[in-house]
Amino acid sequence: MSDENGVAADQPVPDESTAREATNWAKAVSRLNVSEVPEGAMNLNVEGRRLASPIQGFGKMWQKTYQIRIPTAKVSAVDLVETWKQNFPDFWPEGNQFYGPLTGIAPGEVAVLNMTLPGKMKLSTGVMVLYADEESFTLMTPEGHMFAGWITFSATEVEDETVAQAQVLMRASDPIFELGLTLGGHKQENVFWEETLTNVAKRFGHEGDVDTAVVCVDQKRQWGRWRNIWQSSAIRSTFYMFGAPGRAIKRGLSRKS
Amino acid sequence: MPEETMTFEVRPAGDTARVIDINGDITAQSEGVLMDAYGRASDDGVKSIVLNFSPLDYMNSGGIGLLVTLLVRAQRQHQSVLAYGLSEHYRQIFELTRLDEAVHIHDSEEAALSAAGVS
Repeated sequence: MSDENGVAADQPVPDESTAREATNWAKAVSRLNVSEVPEGAMNLNVEGRRLASPIQGFGKMWQKTYQIRIPTAKVSAVDLVETWKQNFPDFWPEGNQFYGPLTGIAPGEVAVLNMTLPGKMKLSTGVMVLYADEESFTLMTPEGHMFAGWITFSATEVEDETVAQAQVLMRASDPIFELGLTLGGHKQENVFWEETLTNVAKRFGHEGDVDTAVVCVDQKRQWGRWRNIWQSSAIRSTFYMFGAPGRAIKRGLSRKS
Repeated sequence: MPEETMTFEVRPAGDTARVIDINGDITAQSEGVLMDAYGRASDDGVKSIVLNFSPLDYMNSGGIGLLVTLLVRAQRQHQSVLAYGLSEHYRQIFELTRLDEAVHIHDSEEAALSAAGVS
């Protein structure tokens, strides 16, 4: 016997908070598992890795907030986030690939990222969707990523404007990435997210400036975490790229035999 | 939940610990209320901040971010952060985000205060 909502009368009805917990958060996993890798994607540094919060990172801790304001008449907060989730890779700057599930952003999904760093260096890493609801979603990084932490994408309506926001809470994962961030990496990251937000606004027919606010939450580096360098996606991706000619020759020989 | 409907009460527990009762939701909008509660809890000589999650209604990823920020502030003051009253779901979230490596989780207020050295 069911009520008008299709809920069996003798079943306990979960309260609103419990239902939100179950649908919005990723299920607990100890290590990441990449289910599908598209052809042409470099899939390194994700499978079997643990997630890493800012607590596990090495460098100074930063909170970076990027915002763009769009007239609410053009898009509501909920519609903006829905579009962002469904078309997330489309908004990334050129030269960077986000290989996520075709169904869009959903809690627990793991995506492979192929990024282009200065000097045309290719870097393979990934993210897991930690959280997603109607007005926000959060991607968390695995060990070995450039930074340990997460990025929350959200939208809110303030008076007659929809404010689209990307907020990063992070520490550089290891001493090499910390050095890279200090020597221009922070600036490059700012440009990356400013371009992303500009692209989101363009989707809704709006052009505007991105407001960027950068706060150093913790000046201290966590020197005890220097060993994170062994999992560095930059080092592992570089070795992988150097080995590409050798792998091509090996493939060619095995086809002939 | 609007910020003004959250209440984060601060209770003394001995001379060296304070308990913050997390009542309502913790989201990015809770920053002012949570940091105000932390400020009230951080008297001279306080070595442990105990977070009581029993009355928690809901926490999103913005809330987890706030806890990390609170943790950094506490570490700067050489304070430890402990927690109790987490539901099974949020215990798993603490494990998933590896917040449990820095926030000591206990089953009850008694256990948390005992770990904080409050008899």
